[in-house]
Amino acid sequence: MLYVDTVVAERLVHRPRFIVAMVVVVSLALLTFNLNDTVFAEILRPIIGAPDQAGWFGRLSIAFILSILFMLNIVVIGFLQFKLQLLIVWSELLLLFLFFFYGFELDFDFIRTKFWFLVTQGVFTTLYVSMVSIVLASIVALFGAVAKLSSNGFAYAIASFYTSLFRGVPLLMQVYLIYLGLPQLGYVIDAVPAGILALVLCYGAYMTEIFRGGIQSVSKGQWEASRALGFKFGLTMRRIILPQAIPLIIPSTGNQFIAMLKDSSLVSVIGVWELMFLARTAGSKDFRHMEMLITAALIYWALSIILELIQSRIERHYRTQSH
Amino acid sequence: MPNPIITMTSVNKWYGSYHALRNINFSVEPGERIVVCGPSGSGKSTMIRTLNRLEAHQEGTIVVDGIELHEKMKDVDLVRMDVGMVFQHFNLFPHMTVLQNLMAGPMWVRGASEKDARNTAMHYLEKVHIPEHKGKYPGQLSGGQQQRVAIARALCMQPKVMLFDEPTSALDPEMVSEVLDTMTELARDGMTMVCVTHEMGFAKAVADRVVFMDAGQIIEQAEPERFFASPKNERLKIFLGQILQH
Repeated sequence: MLYVDTVVAERLVHRPRFIVAMVVVVSLALLTFNLNDTVFAEILRPIIGAPDQAGWFGRLSIAFILSILFMLNIVVIGFLQFKLQLLIVWSELLLLFLFFFYGFELDFDFIRTKFWFLVTQGVFTTLYVSMVSIVLASIVALFGAVAKLSSNGFAYAIASFYTSLFRGVPLLMQVYLIYLGLPQLGYVIDAVPAGILALVLCYGAYMTEIFRGGIQSVSKGQWEASRALGFKFGLTMRRIILPQAIPLIIPSTGNQFIAMLKDSSLVSVIGVWELMFLARTAGSKDFRHMEMLITAALIYWALSIILELIQSRIERHYRTQSH
Repeated sequence: MPNPIITMTSVNKWYGSYHALRNINFSVEPGERIVVCGPSGSGKSTMIRTLNRLEAHQEGTIVVDGIELHEKMKDVDLVRMDVGMVFQHFNLFPHMTVLQNLMAGPMWVRGASEKDARNTAMHYLEKVHIPEHKGKYPGQLSGGQQQRVAIARALCMQPKVMLFDEPTSALDPEMVSEVLDTMTELARDGMTMVCVTHEMGFAKAVADRVVFMDAGQIIEQAEPERFFASPKNERLKIFLGQILQH
């Protein structure tokens, strides 16, 4: 939470001037759409008449009534407590979002037949590739961070070249370069290892900076106390510095994992049977692209939500552990 | 006359172009209690930190317990095992309990068994009068308690010399005396101590010798009676006048 002020001003959404202004603005915005032949017009049909006769009167009435309903909703929510507000606003936005998809006139039976295949095959591969990659990327990042903090010129040069290259080249290109480039050197690599390698190298480069920040934020006094007791570098790092750095690293690493989950869709271009690849191939046979893409999108979103919940758990765990 | 346990001969140190230590000649006999004082920026912390090579000196020789400290030494840890250090900001390990803080050194460096390390730790926790806090984390203790734990942590390594770098400067006033009492008891037990501190009462009561530093040099050193009663150097007179005013 941000800093919470102890003096509460009158809520913006309860100020009459704001309410009137919003009604006007929302009405004007809605006026730009012709809603005369939509579901919103049906209730007003007796007053405004058939869609082709309603004209500007119809558009104005619909816009005005919709904006009144919209503001009423906001004013009511404004009276509620934080948790209820959260729940209601989330549900409303979610409904709007689903309504948006509903407008595509999707073939739900088709989705139903493919859904379990996407989940069992695609989600499994996506999670598997992401998890292996994040673990390996963390190891790369640890070495990268130590090298970047080192006073050894070779170590620093190699690490900074690595982070610069792999942060500077698009991940999609890295995937291609590894999958198509390594065979040129005589080493034929399968699609899954190539995809994992690309994700590890790219995310390892980003996470090097996260790890470096975490290690650096442990105070110098911890190093001095450890060294003064006779602990060697490795022991100090392992037992004193990293245990204090990890709680700082975890939240950002969780973010990286969520980002990687979605970026793993890029390895579909080399034929890894993950969620994105299956969604595209399953849809293209029957020309049902939209169905599969939307389904895959929602599955990615659901996975991210689960991961976010797990991440906040872990964060809370570390927060209560350190005093 | 026993051999000195610490000898500094013509030691010079620079931070870039800043001359931090100027031609320091200084030695400590086993069992001696030294208090080092001086205005801030005078190099007293730098000097004490060169004694376990947390800071490197560029010229001169420093010999601690028969081992010379220089940049090519194979094992600075050998010296550090025998030299305990207490810091201004305690520097306890916040993710470990008090007991774990005390047991880490003996177990990880000296290879002591867990049982022996625990016995040593409890022995010294009782010496600093806080055995009841053994299961707590440093963040749950007051500053004075934390500093006493830090002293016990250094003692668990059974050092031959203890270095104190302004051990009471970060404490609330009411906690200063509990730490000074612990240090006084340690001195009575015969520990060799080098203390950088502004606590002149402690210096008068405990020190065998008081050293005054200014601008990276040792200006004057004498036993406490002479040091406080008849200072020779002008800068020392001004310094004593300022800190003994109140």
